[in-house]
Amino acid sequence: MEKDNSPEAADIKNRAKCAPSQGGTVCSCRAEKSEPVQLKQVTPEIVQHKRWITGTVRTPMGVIYAVSTEITKQEIFEHLMCRISGFRKSYMVTPGLYAAGNPDSQSHVVVTANYKLSFDKVRESLADENVWILVLDTKGINVWCAAGKGTFGTAELINRIIMTQLTSIAGHREIILPQLGAPGVSAHQVKQATGFQVLYGPVYAGDLKDYFKSGCVASKSMRKVRFSMIDRLILTPMEIIPAMGIFAVFTVIIFLYFGLSLSGINFADAFKGAFPFIVLCFTAILSGALITPVLLPVIPFKSFAVKGWLAGIFMVWVSKQLFSWLNTPAPELTFLTYLMFPMISSYVALQFTGSTTFTGMSGVKKELKYAVPLYIITAIMSIAVLVLYKANQWRLL
Amino acid sequence: MRYLSNVSTLEFYSGKCTGCGMCVNVCPHEVFEIREGQAVIIERNRCMECGACVTNCAFGALSVARGVGCAAALINSMIRGGEPTCDCTTESSGCC
Ligand code: SF4
Ligand code: SF4
Repeated sequence: MEKDNSPEAADIKNRAKCAPSQGGTVCSCRAEKSEPVQLKQVTPEIVQHKRWITGTVRTPMGVIYAVSTEITKQEIFEHLMCRISGFRKSYMVTPGLYAAGNPDSQSHVVVTANYKLSFDKVRESLADENVWILVLDTKGINVWCAAGKGTFGTAELINRIIMTQLTSIAGHREIILPQLGAPGVSAHQVKQATGFQVLYGPVYAGDLKDYFKSGCVASKSMRKVRFSMIDRLILTPMEIIPAMGIFAVFTVIIFLYFGLSLSGINFADAFKGAFPFIVLCFTAILSGALITPVLLPVIPFKSFAVKGWLAGIFMVWVSKQLFSWLNTPAPELTFLTYLMFPMISSYVALQFTGSTTFTGMSGVKKELKYAVPLYIITAIMSIAVLVLYKANQWRLL
Repeated sequence: MRYLSNVSTLEFYSGKCTGCGMCVNVCPHEVFEIREGQAVIIERNRCMECGACVTNCAFGALSVARGVGCAAALINSMIRGGEPTCDCTTESSGCC
């Protein structure tokens, strides 16, 4: 660790003082302290614990962790866990500056979030490059979501530039941000506060090398967000798993409903009556959470609620054609299956708006304005049909 | 893929635009183009109200009511009140 009495260090302190405080979180307190910022010491334990730290790199401002550009099998497994469970919530790296390869003062600086999956994508794309990686504290959230929330934002970037003493480590004044960080970062404010010019790089880390090759000019295709069938498929587990809650509640209620007789609960009846409904409910959830997202561009209309409804009614119909035991003898129950299940599918499909790359708030609001009253009416009608059917069965009418 | 038409709240004040091109660089949906030294909205229905262009236009030539395009967040805010925020229950390449 080098002691930090260089003129650059004084320069940093001054810059920190000059940093605008509009963001509120610019850490200007550091400027007042007489001691310069100390970078963390690399201990063998840390290196052993975090396999992706391969060593250290010396800089005028101290020692910085060097990271591997390879993703291990263990990490691939962890990434999978992120896609299907709450594991992602604690999948983070410590914010700060890291080195990929052996960068010097002229090397590029790329910025990313401290969600480890985002960080891993960046270091994976930097094999054989010498680049600085500046990791912002986004509370473990990916770049785009964090930019929307403002944690991948102007104030945090300015703060992190000051804290890592980037001004002294980099001889140039350019930092490369993922383009999807742009909603949170105001490039001109960052320039004013730190002198660093923000360059918006490609949307995808995988394009970073080509971006460097082209002299840091992002081509049209690098700037465009894709949303392929594979992209959508990857997102579906996080649609299906939460929707299983609806399924569990529905199963219990419908089971009790069919079992309920004037002389108590009859399990044989419960099973016989409820089974087709439970299977159809499952079908409806899959058509909303899996089929609609995957076939999104193919299903007609732009509204997600309508897409989900269409997928739902189609799937209910197809299932009934394929499996005759899904057909209930009572016409009112048949009506009910076509009333309720496409609506469940529609509701579940509407949730996918949160995962897409192209739905805006005004559009979703408009959908909800029409959809929510319809969902409520459908729910009331469904309950009414169920009550009438039971009353009829019990000869109360 | 497109979402609903004629809903975006994107506004452009041509008088303030210097044609710097920053909006073209940051928009993930190719909403803008620079023509004859000025930004032009070529397809506003592609706008998802992310706010990237507004945040990065140094000249105040753009505005948008930015927010999360997420049904769960909006339903939550309807029920509980308050601003719709995205709690990122879904990790995604895109928004949450
Ligand atoms: S960023 Fe603003 S000033 Fe620059 S081209 Fe776009 S609208 Fe015009
Ligand atoms: S708000 Fe986002 S999507 Fe809409 S024009 Fe601006 S940058 Fe493009």
